[in-house]
Amino acid sequence: MNRLKEPTLSSRNGWSALILAMNRQIVTVVDGKWDYEGPMWDVAMKWVVILGRFNRARAAQLTLPHFTSQTPLFMPVGTQGTIKGLTTSQLEEIGCQIILGNTYHLALRPTSELIDELGGLHKFMNWPRALLTDSGGFQMVSLLHLADITEKGVTFQSPVDGKPMLLTPEESIQIQNRIGADIIMALDDVVKTTITGPRIEEAMYRTLRWIDRCIAAHKRPNEQNLFGIVQGGLDPVLRDICVKGLVDRNLPGYAIGGLAGGEDKDSFWRVVAQCTAALPEDKPRYVMGVGYPLDIVVCSALGADMYDCVYPTRTARFGTALIPEGVLKLKHQAMADDTRPVDPSCECMVCKNYTRAYIHCLVTKDAMGSQLLSYHNLYYMMKLSRDLHSSIIQGRFPEYALPSLSSVFFYADQFVCMFLQKMFPKGDVPEWVCNAMEVAGIDISSCCAPFSSSQDWTLENTQSKTF
Amino acid sequence: MKFAVKAWSKSGRARVGSLQLGSCPHLSIEIETPALLLTTRKGLPVFISPDLLPSLPSPDSHLLQFSPLHLYAEFFMLYLSESSFAMGFACSMEGLSTKTISNIGGLHQMLGLQEYGFAAVPRDSIVCLPEHESSNKMGASFETPSGRRLIKPVEYMEMISSMKPNLYATLADEVPAWVSEKRNKASVDRTVRWLDDCLKLSTTGGAVFGSIVGGSSVEERERCAQEVARRNVSGYWIGGFGLGESMDKRSAILNAVMDNLPEEKPRQICGLGLPEEVLQGIAAGIDLFDSTYIYHLTLGGFALTFPLDRIQSSSDSQLSDKGSDNTKINLKATVYRKDTSPVVDSCNCYTCLNHTKAYINHLLNVHEMLAQILLEMYVFALIHNTHHYLAFFSSIREAIRDGKFEQFRQKFIDSRRDHLFVT
Repeated sequence: MNRLKEPTLSSRNGWSALILAMNRQIVTVVDGKWDYEGPMWDVAMKWVVILGRFNRARAAQLTLPHFTSQTPLFMPVGTQGTIKGLTTSQLEEIGCQIILGNTYHLALRPTSELIDELGGLHKFMNWPRALLTDSGGFQMVSLLHLADITEKGVTFQSPVDGKPMLLTPEESIQIQNRIGADIIMALDDVVKTTITGPRIEEAMYRTLRWIDRCIAAHKRPNEQNLFGIVQGGLDPVLRDICVKGLVDRNLPGYAIGGLAGGEDKDSFWRVVAQCTAALPEDKPRYVMGVGYPLDIVVCSALGADMYDCVYPTRTARFGTALIPEGVLKLKHQAMADDTRPVDPSCECMVCKNYTRAYIHCLVTKDAMGSQLLSYHNLYYMMKLSRDLHSSIIQGRFPEYALPSLSSVFFYADQFVCMFLQKMFPKGDVPEWVCNAMEVAGIDISSCCAPFSSSQDWTLENTQSKTF
Repeated sequence: MKFAVKAWSKSGRARVGSLQLGSCPHLSIEIETPALLLTTRKGLPVFISPDLLPSLPSPDSHLLQFSPLHLYAEFFMLYLSESSFAMGFACSMEGLSTKTISNIGGLHQMLGLQEYGFAAVPRDSIVCLPEHESSNKMGASFETPSGRRLIKPVEYMEMISSMKPNLYATLADEVPAWVSEKRNKASVDRTVRWLDDCLKLSTTGGAVFGSIVGGSSVEERERCAQEVARRNVSGYWIGGFGLGESMDKRSAILNAVMDNLPEEKPRQICGLGLPEEVLQGIAAGIDLFDSTYIYHLTLGGFALTFPLDRIQSSSDSQLSDKGSDNTKINLKATVYRKDTSPVVDSCNCYTCLNHTKAYINHLLNVHEMLAQILLEMYVFALIHNTHHYLAFFSSIREAIRDGKFEQFRQKFIDSRRDHLFVT
């Protein structure tokens, strides 16, 4: 039996986890050490081991070259080799596992060549855990004037001197190869879900053509995992074609792209549900650009594993904190003499040491205010990730109410219900969430107020398409 | 508060002391002087978030300086309309009310820094600058982020009693060196009167530092010092420096003040920032210094690099093309883009142990792209600079104890001049 070389292997004594075959590799546990047999795959630099599930929700272990992480997980976005507001030691402290770097910004400054010369982004910023880089395409399209997408790639005006430039799939992969992240993203043709018409179909097929170019250009498949991105707008037929096309390429992981751009929530969850049902079980699913804690809980219930969003840090800069009830706007005058912590249930150093009143006097006027709120918000997201992971493993994701002596405490244990109860204490859980949880097979009736007769809600209506 | 002199320099003016702060019930901080007070904004160190503070040396880094004005929100009446006699309250958006601060339990509680000592000084060289033209006999005027404010002794003492700092300077009428004799004399009269007002109103148990002004007039400085020395204060805050006076005349003025103050009480000053100025102040007998210098240095992208050994090494002439001198380097310079060495090789601060010049260079230059000042751009440079300057103070104390302070000072000044001659 072959042994994978360090550091991708870590011995785990006493694990008795469910192990899945990964393509033609069988993984077994022998005396607490991981082994595999089968052909040595170039791309086999990470393992997804599912440690627990509830219906479609999964808790897994994702072993990357630099770090072994637990999913579901949220990845904070660090634009310039730094997360806005936190140092790498603070990120480690709060339990951050994977950070996202923006290829577009890093390529501009300090350039991918310099990062490569200095040993890669991990070494450059002294981040000992995992990194993921995006392809650069999305940023270009959203940030730059006159950015245009052709078959060759993304054409844009250089922000430095205005010259026309082109980002091809090959170039994007090369830049990401130089940066050296554990996970790299294929360049895709992304269109907003609010757009309709033939452009969506064009973009989906182009994404499939570009994935082959990305795979061909990828020079470091042993150290970096190339994820493909499922496009297709809100059209289930197109999405299906895209999923099948990407799965045929047998990539280490798959992202669900083109969402989190203004589409209505009902369409959003249906696309996620369709994709997670069709994507292979033994590879991670990454929903790009998500997001709000509620969205993450729903997507996890539907079977997604990884998320990224600028929301927690961006909203911190506007003085907004994430709390179980939703959000807390520290700028509000009412906060000026509120001597409670931001979130009384939170264990982070901000909530343990500071009052809403003090943070109120800092926000929007002193950078320390957004610093402290960024810290809290990211801590909140990391805790959400940990809670999702552990509640699925411990069978608390929810459990069905079985008659038992301890049934009195049963409902209190159900993570999803607890989450929804705190956020919607009056029971006004949005309909899209109810529909999604129905498909995910999670009973949240204990947190939903009885529907009024004016609402046209019947059991038939919620029996949406089976995915 | 307790203060005791432990050692004297040969000249008999510079001294090493021990400052014990214990206004928190079960907590006592003991700090050796001469010491550096760290700059804060609204009580928290600039750029360095509270969980990163422990990375600085202890207990040296445990003295924090803040301006109560910046933390304080004033409520004022706003008449909405004459006819309806409606009145509303408007609040300056900058701070908190004294009531809220009292409810929280004071500064240490509010900032989660129970193991730190806080020194309150009305003037803050970054955000609360004394505005002498608008000061009058009722109060001192300051330019603050929420506009010009006139603070009276009674208001100041309200802030102090709700915040409960370990020590505080009394309200002073600071004037720059070029004002008229008449104005200067008035500033001394007011400052002494406000000192008496503050003493009458003082209830908190924090140590009172009497403020001494007098501009650049030796006579007025002496007069003020003598008056303040007569009052029952725990220490002295020497104001009016760093406002445009010349460094050459400063020693004479400082000595004039010190000669009239009792030796056994601590002396604090603001506005002496550069290493040479710090040495000048210590030579005159000052014990506590503010650190605005480090803050400005960091904002400019500079990192302190001067050697801390008492025997100064010879200057490095190659530094001149990096836009630096023997004391500091400019981390924004292109020459550091690929430099994977720490800021200072022998330094064991958090920054030098974990990050390279190349990374800090990148962070400092990223500011152009993101067009915002973000903490993380400067935090590493500030941690290093603070660490370095605290170590500077430590080596000064050692020199005083060994009876070699004057030598140390001379060598330091000479080594700074050397680089000018080498090219």
